[in-house]
Amino acid sequence: MLDSNKDSLKLEAMKRIVAMIARGKNASDLFPAVVKNVACKNIEVKKLVYVYLVRYAEEQQDLALLSISTFQRGLKDPNQLIRASALRVLSSIRVTIIVPIMMLAIKEAASDMSPYVRKTAAHAIPKLYSLDPEQKDQLIEVIEKLLADKTTLVAGSVVMAFEEVCPERIDLIHKNYRKLCNLLIDVEEWGQVVIINMLTRYARTQFLNPNVNVKSDLIKSNPLGEKAFYGSDDEEGKEEKAEAAALAKRKPYVMDPDHRLLLRNTKPLLQSRNAAVVMAVAQLYFHLAPKAEVGVIAKALVRLMRSHSEVQYVVLQNVATMTIKRRGMFEPYLKSFYIRSTDPTQIKILKLEVLTNLANETNISTILREFQTYIKSMDKDFVAATIQAIGRCATNIGEVRDTCLNGLVQLLSNRDELVVAESVVVIKKLLQMQPEQHSDIIKHMAKLTDNIQVPMARASILWLIGEYCEHVPKIAPDVLRKMAKTFTNEEDIVKLQIINLAAKLYLTNSKQTKLLTQYVLNLAKYDQNYDIRDRARFIRQLIVPTDKSGALSKYAKKLFLALKPAPVLESPFKDRDHFQLGSLSHLLNAKAGGYQELPDWPETAPDPSVRNVEVPEWTKCSSREKRKEKKVEKPFYSDSEEESGPTESADSESDSASGSGSGSESEESGSGSESEESREESESEQEDKEDEEDKRKKKKKTDRGKVKAPAVESPERFFFIFSRFRFLILEVQRLASDSCSLRTSCRRWHKKTIAPSGSVKTYELLHRITGEGLGVEYCFSRQPFSPDAHMVAVQIMFTNNTNAETKNLHVEDPKLQSGMRIKEFPEIELLPPGEMVTVVMGIDFCDSTQAANFQLCTHIRKFFVSIQPPVGELMMPVFMTENEFKKEQGQLMGMNEISEKLTLGEKCQNEHGIVQRVTSAANVSRVPCGSDKECRFAGKTVSSGILVLVTVATKEERAAQLTVNCEKMVIGTMLVKDILQALTQ
Amino acid sequence: MIHSLFLVNSSGDIFLEKHWKSVVSRSVCDYFFEAQERASEPENVPPVIPTPHHYLISVLRHRIYFVAVIQSEVPPLFVIEFLHRVVDTFQDYFGLCTEAAIKDNVVVVYELLEEMLDNGFPLATESNILKELIKPPTILRTVVNTITGSTNVGEQLPTGQLSVVPWRRTGVKYTNNEAYFDVVEEIDAIIDKSGSTITAEIQGVIDACVKLTGMPDLTLSFMNPRLLDDVSFHPCVRFKRWEAERILSFIPPDGNFRLLSYHVSSQNLVAIPVYVKHNITFREGSSQGRFELTLGPKQTMGKAVESVLVSSQLPRGVLNANLNASQGTYTFDPVTKLLTWDVGKINPQKLPSLKGSMSLQAGASKPDENPTIIIQFKIQQMAISGLKVNRLDMYGEKYKPFKGIKYMTKAGKFQTGMQRPHVSCVKA
Repeated sequence: MLDSNKDSLKLEAMKRIVAMIARGKNASDLFPAVVKNVACKNIEVKKLVYVYLVRYAEEQQDLALLSISTFQRGLKDPNQLIRASALRVLSSIRVTIIVPIMMLAIKEAASDMSPYVRKTAAHAIPKLYSLDPEQKDQLIEVIEKLLADKTTLVAGSVVMAFEEVCPERIDLIHKNYRKLCNLLIDVEEWGQVVIINMLTRYARTQFLNPNVNVKSDLIKSNPLGEKAFYGSDDEEGKEEKAEAAALAKRKPYVMDPDHRLLLRNTKPLLQSRNAAVVMAVAQLYFHLAPKAEVGVIAKALVRLMRSHSEVQYVVLQNVATMTIKRRGMFEPYLKSFYIRSTDPTQIKILKLEVLTNLANETNISTILREFQTYIKSMDKDFVAATIQAIGRCATNIGEVRDTCLNGLVQLLSNRDELVVAESVVVIKKLLQMQPEQHSDIIKHMAKLTDNIQVPMARASILWLIGEYCEHVPKIAPDVLRKMAKTFTNEEDIVKLQIINLAAKLYLTNSKQTKLLTQYVLNLAKYDQNYDIRDRARFIRQLIVPTDKSGALSKYAKKLFLALKPAPVLESPFKDRDHFQLGSLSHLLNAKAGGYQELPDWPETAPDPSVRNVEVPEWTKCSSREKRKEKKVEKPFYSDSEEESGPTESADSESDSASGSGSGSESEESGSGSESEESREESESEQEDKEDEEDKRKKKKKTDRGKVKAPAVESPERFFFIFSRFRFLILEVQRLASDSCSLRTSCRRWHKKTIAPSGSVKTYELLHRITGEGLGVEYCFSRQPFSPDAHMVAVQIMFTNNTNAETKNLHVEDPKLQSGMRIKEFPEIELLPPGEMVTVVMGIDFCDSTQAANFQLCTHIRKFFVSIQPPVGELMMPVFMTENEFKKEQGQLMGMNEISEKLTLGEKCQNEHGIVQRVTSAANVSRVPCGSDKECRFAGKTVSSGILVLVTVATKEERAAQLTVNCEKMVIGTMLVKDILQALTQ
Repeated sequence: MIHSLFLVNSSGDIFLEKHWKSVVSRSVCDYFFEAQERASEPENVPPVIPTPHHYLISVLRHRIYFVAVIQSEVPPLFVIEFLHRVVDTFQDYFGLCTEAAIKDNVVVVYELLEEMLDNGFPLATESNILKELIKPPTILRTVVNTITGSTNVGEQLPTGQLSVVPWRRTGVKYTNNEAYFDVVEEIDAIIDKSGSTITAEIQGVIDACVKLTGMPDLTLSFMNPRLLDDVSFHPCVRFKRWEAERILSFIPPDGNFRLLSYHVSSQNLVAIPVYVKHNITFREGSSQGRFELTLGPKQTMGKAVESVLVSSQLPRGVLNANLNASQGTYTFDPVTKLLTWDVGKINPQKLPSLKGSMSLQAGASKPDENPTIIIQFKIQQMAISGLKVNRLDMYGEKYKPFKGIKYMTKAGKFQTGMQRPHVSCVKA
C-alpha cells in the first residue's frame, strides 16, 4: 500500500505500522518502503513517517541517510514551522554520521529570526550532545548564544540544554541572570521548573547565606555562619556584603539585590497550577530565603496535598524533610495532615511521619488523640506505623512519655497480633531509655503474661523482665516460676526467652532461682526443637559452675547483663536535606545519575558586578546618536551616589566630552564625572573650542582623504589631546571597567574626520585595557577596496593611550576559514603616545559572517583579535532600473525569497526614515520605484557578486512587509533579521 | 528527561509503548510488576521505583498505569505532573481515558505523544495548541475521513505557540458567543461519631467553558474575594492584577479549562450540610449484629441535598447484611465487605434511614463497632463558602456575549463515623 499513489492508502498503511510500533512489535523490515515516503506531500503521512523514522533510524543507519536531504531542504523553508520540524526530526535521528550536519543546522537555527526555530535548536542541543559528547565545546558556544536570547519561548529550552550539557559552566549564567529572573513568570511552566532549579544552584554559589547571623535554636542552624565570619578577614573591604558578613554580629546582613530579585520574582509562581512549578519554588525558598520568609511556601505545599496521590506522595516526602528543620512552618496546617481512611497506605505513612515531626508540647494531645483513632484502622501496616510514631513522639517529648507508655501498654491487650508485637517492641525501646522510672510498667507487663497469648509479645515481655530484673526483684522469680510451669506449651520464641530469663536470674539472684533454672534447662534439654536444646546446653555450660567449666563462665555475668544500648528512634527523613529538595535524589535518598550537588553557601560573596549587563556596543552607538542633540543629560547622573554634587559646568562639559552613554550605565558615569571634577574649570571653555576645531577639521579632513593620522597640527589641538590623555590614564588607573565616555568621544572624532556620512558604526577590535594602552577600533568604510575588488574594506583605527611609543604595528598569522583571504595593511612603524592612526585592510569574507581571526603585533606584544562582519557589510550597492529589479526579483522567487511582516518603529515611518535605516543596516543602494508604497534596494555580495534585493512595502498604519530575495539563503535570512531590527526600533 | 513511556493495564499487560530517545526494552517494566505484586492495593505501588539503570515513575489513572522511564536526575513532580497532563489530554480528546479508547485511537495517541514531548522535554501541553495540531476524533470526522481519505492532522500549522498568548488559538469564530463559569466547591471533612467536626475545609474550583470570537479580554470580580485564602491560577490569569485589585483578568483559552482553584481560609467555620446518625452494635458471643443509620440535612440554606451516596467498609467478621432502606437501594459485597447505599435526594420531612441486622462469622470475636462511613452528595446552586461572582466584563471585542454562572457544592473527602476519644488522654 505504501507504494500506492493514493495518499489515503498510504495513510492507512502508515497507521497500521504506527500501531505496530505502539504495541512494541518490530516493524523495521518495512524501513525502505517507509523511508521513500518522507517527501510525501500529505502532512499526516509525513508525520507518521517521521515517527517511524525516529524510531528505527538507529537500526538502519544507511537507509536513514536517504531521508536527510529532505530535512536539509526543510531547514531552508521560508515557513518557520517547517524549518523547526525539519530540525526536530533531523536532530532526533540518532545516526552518528550526520553529526556535522546536525551541528551546522543547530548553529544556523540558533541565529534564526524565528524564536520558535531557536527553541527547537535549543532542544536539539542535548540530542546532539548525547549522540556525540565530543561536540561539547561547540555546543556550549551555541548555548551561550541562545542564553542571551530575550524571548520567553527560548529561555526554558536553552536552560534545559545548559543543564544537560554543561551544568558546571555557571559563569555563562552571570550575564543572563537578571534577564532570566525577569522573564521567568512568562516562560512556559516546564521551562520554569528547569530555570528555577538551575537558579537555585546558581544563587547558592553567588550569594551569601541570608541566615548567617540568625541565632537559631533549631537543630544545627547554620554551620556556615562562623566560617563566613573568619573567611572574610583576608578579603579587602571592597564589597559591602563581605563586610556585612565579617561584622555579622554588629552589622545587619544586607541581601544582594539580585538575590532579592530572584526571591521576589519566583514568589508569584507559588500560585501556579502546575505542582512541579510550586515544588520548584518551594525548594528555592527553602534553600535560599531568609528564615522569616520561608513560611510562605507552606500554604502552597498544603494546597498540593489535594492533588493526585502521586503528587501527594512526592510533596509529603519533601514536607517531611522540611518539618525536621523548620517545624514552625507547617504547624498551622497540622490538620491538613490528618489521615483519611481512603488514603493509600504509603500516603498515610508519610502523613504520620509529618505529624510526628510536627508534634510538640502544645499540640501533642491532639495528635495523640488522632493517633488513637488510627490504631483502630483496618490497614495493619498503617497501625504498626502509628504505634511506632507514638513511640517517637514519646521519645521526643518528655512530658507525654508516661501517657504514651500507658496507651501502648493498653494496646498490649489488643486482639491483633501485629499491634501487640509492635507495641511491645516500641515499649521495649522506650523502657530501655530510662528503665529506673518504669519498674511499675515492667511489673504491669509481668502481670500481662497471664493474659497475653501472642507469642511475640510474651517473648518481648520476658526479655524485658530478664533485662531489668534488678528493678523488679520480687516479681521476676515469680514470673519464671509461672513460665516454668507452662514451658512445654509455649511457642519456640517464648521458650528461648524463658531460658534467657532463667539464665539472667540465675546470675543475679541464684538463691531463689537456682532450682527453677535447672528445671527449665532440663525441660529444654528434651525439647523437640534443636535450637532450644542447643541454647539450653550452651547456657548450662556457661552459667552453672562445674569442674570442667571453661574460662568463659567467669564472664557469664558480663555477657548476659551487659548494658544494651537504647535504640534510637529518629525520622528516616533526618539529614535528607543535603539533597536538593524536590529532586529525584532526595526522594530516593540516593544520588541519581546526573544529579548536581547543591553547593554550600560561599563564605564571601563573589563579585556581584559580573551580572551587570553591558549594553552591546552598537546600542551604545545608536543611543548616542539619538541623544547627540541633547545638551544636558540629567538622568545620566541621577543615580550616581558617590558623587558629592556635580556642578552644572561639569555636567555640560562631561556631556559634550562623552556624548553620554546610555542610561543603564549610571554606575560608570558616576565615576566618570568624579574624575572630571579633578580637572580645572577652564576645560569646559576648551571644550567649546574643541567643538569648533572639530568642525573645521572635519572639513579639512574630508578634503584630504582618509588614511592619515588626524592629529599633530595646531598646538591647541595637541594640548587638548594631551589633557585628554592625562584624564585617560587616570581612568585606566581607576580600572573602571568601562569608561564609555572617553571611547565614544574618541569615536566621534573618527566619525567626523573619516566617515562623513555619519551612518557608519565602529566596532571595537581591541579594548585599551586588554591592549595595554593600545586601543583599536574598526569600521566598514563601504568604499571599494582597490587592490582586490572581492574584498571588503575594513578601516582600522589605532589609538595609543600609553605614554610610550608603540612601534611596528602589523598583522601576523591570520587564521581564516577556508576560502577567506586577507590583505594586510602596511606596517605602521611608529605610533607616538596619544596619537591615533588609521589604516585600511581588505578581507574577503567569502560571503559568510565567519570572523576573520589574526594577530595584531606590536614590537613587544601580540594580541589575538577577530573581525566579524555584519551581514549588511558583505555587499556593495548595485545600481539598476525598476524593470531590471523586477526581472531579477522574478528569478529569485520561492526558496530564495524570505519575507517577514513588521511594524515600523516610530522614527522610520516616512520613506526617508526607511531608506536611512535600510542603508545603514546594509550596504545597498536605492532602486527607483513608481509606487510610493514601496522602497526597493539592490546590492550584490562583495565576494561572489550574488544579487541581493530588498523590498520594503508599507501598508496601513505602521504595518509593513520586508522581502529579501537572494540566492544565498543564509545571507538572506540574516539580512532580513538585521533590517527588521533596524526598522522596528 | 523522560526516556520512554509504557502504558500498563490492570492485568499487567503493556499495551502501548513510546520512546523519545533510544529504545528502552520493555523488560524494564519487570521491576514495576514486582513492585505491583508487593503492593496490597493498586494505589499502593510507589510512584518512584529505582532500578539498576533507570528510574520508573508511574501514575495510576482510570486503572491504567502510566510508567515513565527516566535515566537521570529530574524533579519527580515534573514527570508526575506531565503524566497527569497526558491523561487529561487523552480524556479531553477521547472523552474517556480507558484502555479501549487508547487502543482505538492509537495513532492519534501516538501523534499526541510525539507533539507533547521532544527528546523527553515537554513541548506543547496546552490543549488549545494540540487541538490545532491534531484534531480530536469525532464520529462524523471518522466517517468523513474514511470516505474522503482526509486526515486528522491540522492543515494549518498552529499559530498559538508563536503568539504572545500561547494558550489561545487565533482566528476563533462562533455565532453564539458564550461564556459559562461553574463554581464547584468540595467539602473535605472528618467528623467523629458524635457529630463534631475534626477537620473541615472547602476547596473550590472555577471551571470555565468559553466560546468567544476573536481575542476577548475578560475580567471577573467577586463580591467577597477575601474568602479565597489560597489560589492557583491557569497561566492566563494576570497575577499582578489579582494581587492589587483582587480581580481576575485574563484572555481565556478557547473551550473548556480550569480558571482557578482555591482554598477557603480555615478561619471561617465550615457549615456541614448533612449529618449522619448511626448505631452499629454487636453482641459478644452472638452471631448477629444490629445496624442503624439515619441521614439528615443541616445548614443547607433551603437547597436540596442530592445524589447522596453512603458507603462503609464493614468489619471483616460480617458475613452478610440484611437491611431495609426507607428510600434508595443498598448493596453489600460479601467479599470486600463494602456496603453502599444509594440514597438519592434527602427529603427533610422524611429522613432516609437504613436499618436491619448483620450476620457474623461464627466464632469470630466481637468486631470493631465504628467503621468509617464515607458520604457523597451534591447541592446545586449553592457555593457552601458563600463565594459569589459579582460581574463579568469583556473588553477587546465588540459583540455582547452570553454569560452564565453556576454554583455547586459537592462532598470531597467526607468521612465520619470513626470514634475519637473525647477526653484527651494527656494530662500534661
